[in-house]
Amino acid sequence: MIDLSRRDVIKAQAVMAAAAAIGLPIPAEAQNLVTEADLTQLTWNKAPCRFCGTGCSIMVATKGGRVVATHGDSKSEVNRGLNCVKGYFLSKIMYGEDRLTTPLLRKKDGVYHKDGTFEPVSWDEAFDIMAEKWKKTLAEKGPKGIGMFGSGQWTIFEGYAAVKLMKAGFLSNNLDPNARHCMASAVAGFMRTFGIDEPMGCYDDFEAADAFVLWGSNMAEMHPILWTRITDRRLAHPHVKVAVLSTYTHRSFDLADIPVIFTPQSDLAILNYIANHIIQTGAVNEAFLREHVNFKRGATDIGYGLRPEHPLEQAAANTKEPNASEPMSFEEFAAFVADYTAEKASEISGVPVAQLEALARLYADPKVKVMSLWTMGFNQHTRGVWANNLIYNIHLLTGKIATPGNSPFSLTGQPSACGTAREVGTFSHRLPADMVVTNPEHRAHAEELWKLPQGLLPDWLGSHAVKQNRDLKDGKINCYWVQVTNNMQAAPNMMEEGLPGYRNPENFIVVSDAYPTVTCEAADLVLPSAMWVEKEGGYGNAERRTQLWHQLVNAPGEARSDLWQLVEFSKRFTTDEVWPAEILAANPEFKGKTLFDVLFANGQVNRFGPDHLAEGHANPEAEAFGFYLQKGLFEEYASFGRGHGHDLAPFDTYHEVRGLRWPVVDGQETRWRFNADHDPYVKNGKPFHFYGNKDGRANIFALPYEPPAEAPDAEYPFWLSTGRVLEHWHSGSMTQRVPELYQAVPDALCYMHPDDAEALKLRRGSEVRVISRRGEIRVRVETRGRNKPPKGLVFVPWFDARRLINKVTLDATDPISKQADFKKCAIRIEAV
Amino acid sequence: MRHPHRSRMKGAIMLKRFAFACALLVALPLHAENQLGGIRPDTPLAEESEAPQIPPVINADVKQVRNYPDQPPLIPHKTDNYQIDLNVNKCLTCHSRTAVEDSQAPMISVTHFMDREGQTLGTVSPRRYFCTQCHVVQHDAEPPVVNGFVDVDSVLDNMQGLGTGGE
Repeated sequence: MIDLSRRDVIKAQAVMAAAAAIGLPIPAEAQNLVTEADLTQLTWNKAPCRFCGTGCSIMVATKGGRVVATHGDSKSEVNRGLNCVKGYFLSKIMYGEDRLTTPLLRKKDGVYHKDGTFEPVSWDEAFDIMAEKWKKTLAEKGPKGIGMFGSGQWTIFEGYAAVKLMKAGFLSNNLDPNARHCMASAVAGFMRTFGIDEPMGCYDDFEAADAFVLWGSNMAEMHPILWTRITDRRLAHPHVKVAVLSTYTHRSFDLADIPVIFTPQSDLAILNYIANHIIQTGAVNEAFLREHVNFKRGATDIGYGLRPEHPLEQAAANTKEPNASEPMSFEEFAAFVADYTAEKASEISGVPVAQLEALARLYADPKVKVMSLWTMGFNQHTRGVWANNLIYNIHLLTGKIATPGNSPFSLTGQPSACGTAREVGTFSHRLPADMVVTNPEHRAHAEELWKLPQGLLPDWLGSHAVKQNRDLKDGKINCYWVQVTNNMQAAPNMMEEGLPGYRNPENFIVVSDAYPTVTCEAADLVLPSAMWVEKEGGYGNAERRTQLWHQLVNAPGEARSDLWQLVEFSKRFTTDEVWPAEILAANPEFKGKTLFDVLFANGQVNRFGPDHLAEGHANPEAEAFGFYLQKGLFEEYASFGRGHGHDLAPFDTYHEVRGLRWPVVDGQETRWRFNADHDPYVKNGKPFHFYGNKDGRANIFALPYEPPAEAPDAEYPFWLSTGRVLEHWHSGSMTQRVPELYQAVPDALCYMHPDDAEALKLRRGSEVRVISRRGEIRVRVETRGRNKPPKGLVFVPWFDARRLINKVTLDATDPISKQADFKKCAIRIEAV
Repeated sequence: MRHPHRSRMKGAIMLKRFAFACALLVALPLHAENQLGGIRPDTPLAEESEAPQIPPVINADVKQVRNYPDQPPLIPHKTDNYQIDLNVNKCLTCHSRTAVEDSQAPMISVTHFMDREGQTLGTVSPRRYFCTQCHVVQHDAEPPVVNGFVDVDSVLDNMQGLGTGGE
C-alpha cells in the first residue's frame, strides 16, 4: 500500500528547502492542512501493552488499515495515560521489514531435509510435514516423544487451546511455557505458602504503602510505569522510604533511601536475619500467627537441578523430594532463625550491619506499611522458591499482608505470565485453575468439563523448559513446536543443550514467530505468526487483571495467529491415531473423530456463532472455523475457575472495561485476597482466611542459606549476572526492529567496575571474551554506563541476538520450581 | 484489508534472498545457518564475530520529527553524567518552565504537570520525575532492520490519492 521511502521524504524536503531558499512559493499541497473530519479522524481502540507484566492499557489509532499512533490510556487505573519508552513506540513493532509472511521449510531437492535450505511452502505443505513427523513419533515413542514450548505472551485463548491440544489431544504433558524461566519460583512459592497462585495484593498498594523494598528488582528499567507510581508516592510523601537491594548498582538506586549491595545468593541470609530481628525485638504479631499461620521445616541440601550425573547432584542428600517439609513449632522456628544475627548476615552478604538494621526496622515497625517487590532476582535463583517463601515469612510474622499497603508483591515479566501461563495451566505439571496433572480428582474434573472420556488425561509429569532442551539433545523428544518465544536466545547453556538439541538430526523443530529470530534460524520449519493487534487477544497482568482486545489490523501476507495454527493443526489427527484403543473401545462415540471435533467443536467451544462477533473488527479465526473461537475458548476455560476462587467476568464485559482483577464475583473484582473486607471467598468469620490451604492457614518455612551452584574461583574469577534493559524487551525481537529503540541501546555491553577493567588492562570500549566453562561471547566493555557493578561482578543483558550471553550461562535450576538461575555463574574475561 | 501488493513484493524479495542463499551454498557448502537474516544476519549461531565499537551519542541538537503527536521527543544531545536522583534533576535545569528563556530548550509538556487524576499541579508531577523512562538519546548506529511504519500524514496522502510511493 504505502511505501514512502526515506529517499522520497528527503527529495520532497529538498524541493521545499530549495523553493524557500530562492523565495518561490512552496508547492501548495505541502502546506495544506487537511481538516476534513472524515479524513483526519482516527479510529481509537484499547489494547494492553505487548511487553511486560505491568499490563498498561494502550490506546491504538488505526487509519487505512495501519496502526498510525499509540499512547497511554488515561482511563486505565494501571498507567493513567503513561507509557514507558517501549510502550510509546508500540506503533512500530509490527512494521519491521523482515516480517515472516509465509511458512518456510528446510528442503533439499524439493523435499524436507534437516540440513536443507529454507524455502517458502504453503500452510498445507507445512502442516502435512508436521503431521507426518508427529504421527511417526507418536507411533514409535508415544506421547513422551513430542513436546511443545509456549509463552507468557500467548493470549489466554492460545495458551488454553495449546493445553487442550497437547494434554487432552496428544495426551502429552511435555508442554511448558517460557514463564518457567520467569515465574516458576514465584508460583512454587505461592503454592507452598498459600496453596493458591498469584499475589494477594494489587497495584492500589502503591498509593497506600509507607515503605517499598526492592529485592533484586530493577523496577526503574523493568517495570517503569509501576516505578512512576513508587516515585510519585515517595516524592509526594516525604515520610515514605525506598530500599533497593541488588548485586550491583542500577537506576532504581536513584530513588533509594537505603541502597544495599549484597553478594549473590546471600539474600537468603538477609531474609532470615530480618525474621530473627522481628522475633528478637518483639515485633511478632502473635494474634495473627495464632489464627492464621503454620510453621514448617523444609527439606535442605536439595541439589541444583543439573543433569542427574553432575557431581553436585550426586553429592546432594535430598534431590528426590526437594519440596518435602514437616511441621514445627514457633519456638523451633525462632531457634532456627536465631543463628542469623546481623553480624552473621553481614558476613555472608557483605552488607554493613547498620544497613541491615535499617532495613529490618522497616519491616518490624508496626506503623510502617511495607510493600516488598521482586522479580527475576528472586525467581532466577537456585533457591528461588525458598527466597519467595522467606519474604512471605517476614510479612506473615508481622501480619503485614493482604491489607492496603502491606503487600509482598511478586512482579511479572511477561504480559500474560499470570493470565495465560499460570492460570490456564500451560506448565508441564498443571491443569487450569491451579489444578495438577498428578491429582486423579483434578484430571477427572478436567475430563468432565472438557466432555472427554474418563481416564483419558495423562498422569505423568511432563518435561519442563530446561529438561525439554536436554531431552531434545538426548533424542527423547523428537517433535517440538515453539510458539511466541525466542528460546534459543533465552534458555541457559545454549552451546551444550539448546543448540545441539534443536540441530539433533533425529529431531523436527517447528517455530512460530512474527520475525526471524535465532530460534527460527535453528528450526526446521518456520511458521509466520500474526502479532498483538493483528489478532483478537486477552492477557492477565501481575495484579490479576484480565484485559481483552479486538483485532485492529490484518497480519501481513500469509501470517496467521498462533491460535489458528493450533486449532487448524488439530484437524490433521483422528482419535484413533492418538488415543489408546481401550479408551475408544469404552467410548465408541469418540471413534473416528478428529481432535478438532473432540476438543474445539465439542458443543462448548463452538457454541457462539459469528453473530456474537463485535462489529467493525475482523476475526479470521471465526471466518476459518465458522464460530467465535475466542469467546468459546474463554467461556469454557472460565468454567474451571468460577466458584473456585479464579472467577472471570463474562467474556463481553472485558471488551468494554479496562480490565478486571480476578476473582470477579457478582460483577465485583477482588483487590485484596484473603481479606474479609475485600474477598468474597473469606468464609471463616475471621478478618483473614488463607483458603488456598485446606486448613485455612498460611505456612511459614524454616529454610537456611545454602551456597550457589557455581561461584567465582581462581580460573573463573568473576560473577556474571544477566538481565534486561529499559529500551528492549526480552530477546529484542520486537524492540530491536524499532529504529529509535535500537539507536537508544544498539548493543549489549559488558558492564564492569573500572578497577576490574584497569587490572585487566582494559578500558571502556575494549573488546573482550566473556568465557565460562560452557561457552563464550565477544562483547565491548562499559565502565561508565547505567549499571555499576561492584568489583568482581559483571552484568551483560540478553536482548542482543548478536551477543548471545546464554552461551555462557549455567543451566542450574531451582530443584523445586525447575527455573534456571540466570543471575549467577562464574566467568573469566580476556581481551580480544 | 489485506495488502496483496505488499506481500507479493515481500515474497519476491524473500525468494531473491533464498536464491542468493542457495547460490552461496553452492559456492560455500560450510553452513546452512543464518539464512533468515534478521538481527544476526551473518554469524552462525555457534560462532562469534567482532563486537562493533560502542557508537557515539548523536549530539547535534537537531529536533527529530515525531512519528505521531503522542511520541515523547528523542533527546538530541549527550546526557553523560546527568544526575537524576532523590536530590537533583539535571534535565530540568534547562527544560523546566522557568529555565527555557535562558536555555532556549523546549519546555516539558503540560502533561508533565498532571497527577494521576489529570489535575494540574503547581510543579512537575513526581510521576514524571525520571525523564529517561520515556526520553532516550540516540547513538550513531545503523539499525539492522528497516522499519516500514508510515505516519498518519502519509496514510492521509495515500487515501487522498497523493501518495508518492506504493500503489
